[in-house]
Amino acid sequence: MKFTLPALLAPDRQADRVVPPSGFTAQLTLFTAGAMAFLAVFALALSLASGRLADRWASALAGTATIRISAPPEQLDTQVAAVLALLSTTPGIASARALDTEEQRALLEPWFGPDLPVDALPLPRLIELTEAAPGYDSQGLRLRLSAEAPGAVLDDHTRWRRPMAQAAERLRLLGALSLILIAGSTAAMITLAANAALSANLPVIRVLRLVGAKDAYIVRAFVRRFTLRALTGAAIGTVIAMIGIALLPQADEAGAFLTGLGFQGFGWLLPLLLPPLTAIVAFAATRTAAFRTLKGLT
Amino acid sequence: MIAFENVGFNYGGGELLSDVTLRLAPGSFHFLTGPSGAGKSTFLKLAYAELRPTAGRVTIFDRDARMMSRDDVALSRRRIGVVHQDCQFLDHLPLATNVTLPLTVASRKGDAQDLTALLDWVGLGKLADALPPQLSGGERQRAALARAIIMSPDVILADEPTGNLDWEMSLRLLTLLVELSRMGKTILVATHDMNLIRQAKSQLAARVLRIQNRRVQLAGADL
Repeated sequence: MKFTLPALLAPDRQADRVVPPSGFTAQLTLFTAGAMAFLAVFALALSLASGRLADRWASALAGTATIRISAPPEQLDTQVAAVLALLSTTPGIASARALDTEEQRALLEPWFGPDLPVDALPLPRLIELTEAAPGYDSQGLRLRLSAEAPGAVLDDHTRWRRPMAQAAERLRLLGALSLILIAGSTAAMITLAANAALSANLPVIRVLRLVGAKDAYIVRAFVRRFTLRALTGAAIGTVIAMIGIALLPQADEAGAFLTGLGFQGFGWLLPLLLPPLTAIVAFAATRTAAFRTLKGLT
Repeated sequence: MIAFENVGFNYGGGELLSDVTLRLAPGSFHFLTGPSGAGKSTFLKLAYAELRPTAGRVTIFDRDARMMSRDDVALSRRRIGVVHQDCQFLDHLPLATNVTLPLTVASRKGDAQDLTALLDWVGLGKLADALPPQLSGGERQRAALARAIIMSPDVILADEPTGNLDWEMSLRLLTLLVELSRMGKTILVATHDMNLIRQAKSQLAARVLRIQNRRVQLAGADL
């Protein structure tokens, strides 16, 4: 008799009937698989959302920094030129350019309106620089700037994002760890339920052995039942969780973290893997428990 | 069929059987007697490989029992019908399904007419759909016998099969065993019911073995 997963899932009415229906363990397995799949979907969503957040923040790190130059009007162009020359020879900087008047006006427009007389105001000049891997030495750059252009201030405002990106990365790992723990807990619960069912059915197993049933036949009767229960429970839990996630508010422009919790594109297919994975976990757990029990019988 | 060669068995608390040498020849009919706790059930369990000897060798269908895998044991039990005093069934399944259980686990199809004939033969034709808990002690024993022989086994081992039965029912069961013996089956019945043994010896040539002082001996003419 084959004991593969496809062979197991093939219906065998006779083998199914030899094990009496056991309400308690059936409900326990169904509920456990459903609850664990429900939690797993959210853990998966959390892990994916954290991953997206970490990627977004990490990419922001590789973005631009700004140098602000405040100087008397007659020295401003000289210092800008000096800073641009300095940046062109600084390792870790891909490009640098000074923002023109229109760009500065656009930056200030949200606060002061479109009619701001930029030319009449003593505004500092801004230089936008783009980092190149592996990044530049900000401390060294600050020292060189103070020597070459005393009015220049490096504003590496993106630096505060690094710990947040690391936190998001850790959150992603925690999500993955949660999935592993959920799988382990599912296996443990199903093993307990299978052991309870096996213990309750020891007289049945003895009768089956007495009349010439091979271990594989007996194990199959139990494993098939528990695997199908786990598959059904996990499918129900997964569907409910996916509906719950689909009903969450959509991410707004600010990309608030909680509203970004969900799946995108092909990500929606990932939770569909959970029911078959749960079935595989149940298959392995019940099979191990059943063979261990049978080993103690002659 | 089944042979014991210098077999000993120790449960851990002392030797129960010692230096037992015996051969159950094809078509033979043996009774096994002895006081309670003498080792009759242990002897039978050794004969169908539920227990392995701690000394000597038990050979079942020319295979050393100690060398048999679990699947080998299962296959050998399809050729050995076992009837216990306290026979167990699958209580959630009807009698007919219980009786055909050996066919089911062997993935063999049974003939409905054969099943009906078998149940009629053991006097349970009208109880095919009854659940085991609904059967009396005698009906359960006869159901166990029907289950034991449905695969047409070469050997039938019965452990105190009449222990829970009245005399009339015991005779009925004995008659069935005698008929099976006449069909060429090898039969071993463990019992301490001397009247049953006398009754059987009046119908066929049965050998009587007695377990005494941990050894199996051929009983004398005192029966």
